Order: sequence, then structure tokens, then C-alpha cells
Amino acid sequence: MSQSTSAMGNEKIRSSRRNFLKNMTVLAGATLGYTWLKSSQVLLFAAEPKDESLPWYGIVIDIQKCIGCGNCAKACKSENDVPPEPFYFRTWVEQYTVKNDGSVNIVSPNGGIDGFKQTIPNEDIFKSFFVPKMCNHCSKSPCTQVCPVGATFESPEGVVLIDEKYCIGCRYCVQACPYGCRFIHPVKKVANKCTLCYHRLKKGLAPACMEVCPTGARMYGNLRDKNSDFVKYLKEHTTQVLRPHLNTGSKLYYNALSGEVR
Amino acid sequence: MKFYIPPQLPRLALAFAVFISLFLVLRHFLVPETFGEYGHYRGASLIDNTKPEIHYSGQQACFKCHQDIEDKKAQDVHSDIHCETCHGPGEKHVLNSKKADILRPSGREFCGSCHVLNAGKLKSTINQIDLNKHNVGKNCIECHNPHQPWEMKK
Amino acid sequence: MEPHYQHLYDILAHSQGYIFPNEIDLQWGILIVVYPFITGLVAGAFILASLERVFKVKILKPTYQIALLTALSFLLVATMPLISHLSQPQRAYEIMITPHSSSAMAIFGFVYLWYLAVVLLLEIWFDYRHSMVVWANEKTGILKWIYKILTLGVNDISPRALAWDRKLGYIITVVGIPSAFILHGYVGFIFGSLKANPWWSSPLIPIIFLFSAMVSGIALVMLVYMIVSYIRKKAIDLNVLDSIGKYLFFVLILDFTLESLDQIHRIYEAEESFEIIKLLVSGKLYLTLFVAQGLIGTIIPLITLVFLQFYKHKIRLQKTMYFIVSILVLIGVYSMRWNVVIGGQLFSKSFSGFTSFKVGLIGLDGTLMAAFWLVLPIGILAFLFWLLPPWKMVKEED
Repeated sequence: MSQSTSAMGNEKIRSSRRNFLKNMTVLAGATLGYTWLKSSQVLLFAAEPKDESLPWYGIVIDIQKCIGCGNCAKACKSENDVPPEPFYFRTWVEQYTVKNDGSVNIVSPNGGIDGFKQTIPNEDIFKSFFVPKMCNHCSKSPCTQVCPVGATFESPEGVVLIDEKYCIGCRYCVQACPYGCRFIHPVKKVANKCTLCYHRLKKGLAPACMEVCPTGARMYGNLRDKNSDFVKYLKEHTTQVLRPHLNTGSKLYYNALSGEVR
Repeated sequence: MKFYIPPQLPRLALAFAVFISLFLVLRHFLVPETFGEYGHYRGASLIDNTKPEIHYSGQQACFKCHQDIEDKKAQDVHSDIHCETCHGPGEKHVLNSKKADILRPSGREFCGSCHVLNAGKLKSTINQIDLNKHNVGKNCIECHNPHQPWEMKK
Repeated sequence: MEPHYQHLYDILAHSQGYIFPNEIDLQWGILIVVYPFITGLVAGAFILASLERVFKVKILKPTYQIALLTALSFLLVATMPLISHLSQPQRAYEIMITPHSSSAMAIFGFVYLWYLAVVLLLEIWFDYRHSMVVWANEKTGILKWIYKILTLGVNDISPRALAWDRKLGYIITVVGIPSAFILHGYVGFIFGSLKANPWWSSPLIPIIFLFSAMVSGIALVMLVYMIVSYIRKKAIDLNVLDSIGKYLFFVLILDFTLESLDQIHRIYEAEESFEIIKLLVSGKLYLTLFVAQGLIGTIIPLITLVFLQFYKHKIRLQKTMYFIVSILVLIGVYSMRWNVVIGGQLFSKSFSGFTSFKVGLIGLDGTLMAAFWLVLPIGILAFLFWLLPPWKMVKEED
């Protein structure tokens, strides 16, 4: 008799233990599931918002208008707290000199900030021109593709920006940019590059480089606004992007770009 | 018929379950609030990127006080050049013109930064000067008014 | 800040041709050369171990645990060169919590954890569990508790449980082979997928990385086996060396073929970047590519290994030759990592100029730091050999 009672008692203990375990598993599973589901909205790549009300920024640089004064590079460093040393540039100007013997001489002394001095005599020059360079704010940006943590991204306005609080400094983005626009800021120790003066754009001001260009060689505008002067310029001129075969979706269009330019 | 479970499996499954749940819970607290709002990045970074100080005010701010120069400049070949191109960043001066002055550059070297003769510039874009020949030794502004360059001072 | 700028002014003075202004300083230095070298050793050592387990190459049995423990000691250190190279190392955890699915680098954290926990640790655990249970009973004090914890409390050493140890270990090894390929292959993909850099951008790069990884891992196990036997004053089994040497030879031939194919293809197509790469290879990379990687690291070992396969007398010299061959091969694979990582950054993306690279001695990305990460695994290995001695394991009755 006592055997069956204790057997029944054991049954009761076993079933209550089973229930407890079942409840605990459900609770654990639910917690796990919740944290997993909540996190998966972050793990899965969120769709790009197609907010038509925002501008979609593009840039035009007219090679024929650039006189190599270097004001753009100087103003950029001043506006954006870039160190003055000749190793860090958000924008710079190059001078290409194609000589009569076919060789191409390219220089960018201190990024062009102090201007250019002609060293090759006119008799040897076939043609020469200045090419300002800056971030191309690519729409299929290879630098954002490779960032392992999501510290660089394309903003809803099409401006490629860097999250200085999140960047881990792995330098993969610097390697991935085909245009050499990126660098590691020596003081902040995170990636840094031209932001199209996003802080100015949001206040209705032009980027610093465009503000100070004396000839209007640099232009920016809303690619969505088909009636703007900017889009009209694109329509009326033959423009090219750098490294088109790399399919970066570059939004920096050069007018009168010559084949020697990389 | 009792199903034989090798003794290693339940223990290993427990160890992995503990580790993975620890990771997921930790992750929940570590991922920044605004991450994923617009894409695979911290949404708040868009606001962070608007925080840097403005140093160049844009010439409309200059014109608020210097209308005479605005009028003068509009009449001559420097009309499309914005004030801060030559005068440098003006924000401090705009905010408090008495406390902060602005650059007043001049000199052959300075004007030469644009106008010096160089094969890379198109003659149709800008007048180029051979600094070794044109009025050597003189400061450009002795003859040219920088806001109205063809209004010669002599 | 001053000393760093001085170093950059020096480099600027030594740059040739035209480089983009931001390209003066190399972004990935010696630590990024060391990292693929270390993961390559891990993947290669593991593949050799799996040869014994999965493909039943019985002659390699004495090297099985050696290979596994070597792989583990290097894997434990593998993340360190990466973390010490970051300019914000305290944010390294972000790669685990918000990995960017389009970035090859982002999978690093999970691939690494998977390989460490699911493959290496589990395989070693299944292999050593029986011995650890026995040692837990035999030892006293702290060591007893260490072994007890390591067994995770699974003390069943009945023949049925032991059979399951072998079965599960086998499954893990099989899973481990593609895992080892991914662990090192993704490193190659990090370089191979960068369209901005023509020295790196190629579908061959991940494969080349894998094969040179296998070469380095096999050579390392051969070296460790010889050194450990010497220290323990045990005879080195020449049959084991001959067998490892044979695998080393075949993988080295394949590696050499792939590398040659990459270069021949590049020379033949001679596309846009070829002119600057030609200058790079014949100039700045001449010593490390042709002499270190090619001659010392590949040709001489290949000839020696062929010689050793055909002429098996003169036993004394034979062991010395194997010893030298494995060192040469390791030098060659290290040079290969150098040539890929540093070489790819020496020429400008303008294809018109070169910068230069001088490795600093001190600092978080200096030579001393790199040397430390390479030497530390040896210390860990010594500790593992003490804690989990392969020669003191409980013998299984087969």
C-alpha cells in the first residue's frame, strides 16, 4: 500500500517538476525569441527609404573653369577642422600636364591649397588642365558596402556620411574607395572624408568648397529637380564620371574630363 | 523502448544554449537605440553630422551690412566671386563684427593665386598676369579696386 | 602627434610619381600581414589533422593531436592582431552586434566563433574527454578541478559513450573541413572582392590564400612534430615525415601553379593597371616576391622535397632537410602575405606613383607587437602540451 502511495507521490513530484520545466522552457524560449526577433530587425538590412520629398544630391565639376587657385581645398580644411598637414584632404586639386612626348605629369602640391607653379616650359606642353577631386558620393558606394559595422552609409539625401561615434577604424573603407577620398583622422582616429558639408546643406548653405570657388567650377544640386539649373547643366553638357567601369554609381559628373585622368 | 541519448549531447546543448542566450541578451542592450531606422546605421548619426560649426557664412550674410560693396561688386568682373573666397571664413565676424575682424588680404602673391600665368588655365576663364613682367614690385590694389577691378585708381 | 607627422614627411619625400594625397600612409601594416598568416596556419594544421581522421591516413596518427593543439593555440591569438590594429579597439564588439551583411569583414566574428567553439574546441574535447575523465580521477588539487570542469561533467566512459565520442568527433571533423576553408577563404575574399585595388581584385585570391594556408599549416605541424619529439627525446618517425612531406609537396605544387596562373593572366591581359604593377613587381617587391616567396619559399623546397621522395638514404641529413624545408616554406608563405597586403598599398590608385613603407619597431602596429602575436601561440602551445599531453592519453582499444 505504502509503495503505491509513494509511487503516486513520486508521480505527483515528477509531474509538478515536469510542469515547472515546461514553464521555464516556454519562458526562456519566449525571452530568446523576443530578443532574436527584436534584433533581427537590425540584422536584416532595412530597405532604403524612397523619400521623394528629400533632395537627391549630385555634383558637377567643370574642368574648363578650374584655375587651380586652391581656394576650395583651403576652405574645406578650414570649415571642417581637417589638420593642415599635407596628408589629409577631403578635397584636393590635381594638375595634369600632357607633354609633347606623350608623357603625363600629375602634381598636387599640398593638395593644391597653395596654388600651382608652372615648372614645365610652354614649348613642351601639349595640353594642361586642373582636376578638383572630392568624394563622389556614390549611389552604389563601395565604401559603404565593405564597412563591417555600419559606420558609413548613404544618407536619405544621397550623401555618403560617416558615423564618427561608431567607426572602429578598421580602414576597410579607405581601401575600398577607388578615388582615394578617405583617410583616417589623426586626432579623432576614425575614418573621415568629404561630407558635401552636410551640416551646411541642412541649413540651406552651399558646401564650403563651392562657396569659395571663384569661377563657379564646382556645382551641386538636386538630381530629382528636373527644372533646376543643375540638371539643365547635365542635360546640355557632355559629362563623365571617374572609373565608370567600376560601377560605383558616382554622382560626381565632370564636364570636359580628359582621358588621362584617373 | 528507451531511446539512447549519448551523454555528451545534452550537456553540450546546454552549454551552447547558455552561451547563445547570453550573447543575444547582451546584444539587446548593446545595439544603439536608433540603429536600423533608415538603413544599416545609427539613425542619430544623421543629426550628429549636422552638428559641426559653420565657419563660412555665405555672402548674403556679408551683404546685410556691406550693401555698398555688394552694389560695387555687381558692376564688374568679380561679380560672381563670393566675399569669403578672398576674405576667408566670416562667421565669427558676422556674429560680432566688433570683436572679430576678417581677413583683408592683398599683395601680388595673393591675387596671383588666381591670376598667375599657368598653362593649365583657360584664357577664356580668367585674365592671367605674368607676375615677373606686370608692374613688378607694386601691390595689385595700388591700381585695381578688388571689388571693382577695372575701376583703375590712377 | 609630432613624431608621426615626421614619419609621414619622410615618406612624402620618398614617394615616386603621383599618389593621391591621402595615400601617403599605408592603412594596413604588418599586423594585417600577420593575421592571414596566423589563420592560414590554423586552417592548414586542421586540414592535416583531418587527413588522419577523415581520410584514414594512419601513418599521420602521431601528429593528430599535435596538429589540433597547434591549430588551437594559433586560433586563440588570431583575433589579437586585428584588434590591436584597429584605431578604436574598444569598439571591436560592434562587429558582433551589428555586422553589416554586405561586408566580408563582418562575418569574421561569427566564422571565428563557429570555428573555435563548434569545430576546434569540440573536436579536441571529443578526443580528450576519456583521458580528461581519467586524469580528473588521478590528479589532486587545482588540476583535478580543471580537468573536471573541462569534461563539462560528462563522466560516462562506458564503451558506448566512448564510441559516441569517436562518432561525434568524426562528424565535427567532416564539418570542420569546409569551416576551415571558410575561416581562411573569407580572408582571401576580403582582398579579392575589392574592385578598387587591381593587385587584389581577383577570384583567384581566396583560392591562393587557401592553398598557401594549407602549405604553411602542414609545414608548421612538421616543424612542431620534430621539435616536440626532440624535446621529449623521442625518435622522429621518418615515415611520418615522408608522408607529411608528400602532402606538402603536392599542395605546394598546386599553390605555385595558382600563383603563376594569377601572374600569367595578369601579364597576358595587360589591362590598365599592368604598367604600374609591372614596376611594382620588378622594383619594390622584387626581393620579397621573387627571392623570398618564389625562390626561398617555393622553388628550393619543391626541389628538396622531390629529392627527398626519391633518395631515402642518409637518414641524419634527411631530418635536417625536412626541418629546413618547413622553415623555408613558412618564410615563403609569410612573404606571400606581405606581398599581397603591403604590395597592394605601395602603388597609388592613380596608377601613376608609389609610396613607401617603413615598419616601425614599437607601437601598437610595430614589428615588436607583430612578433609578440607570433610568439605568444608558441607559449600557449607549450601550456597545452603540458595540460593535455598527447603522449599521456588513455590508449583506446581499437
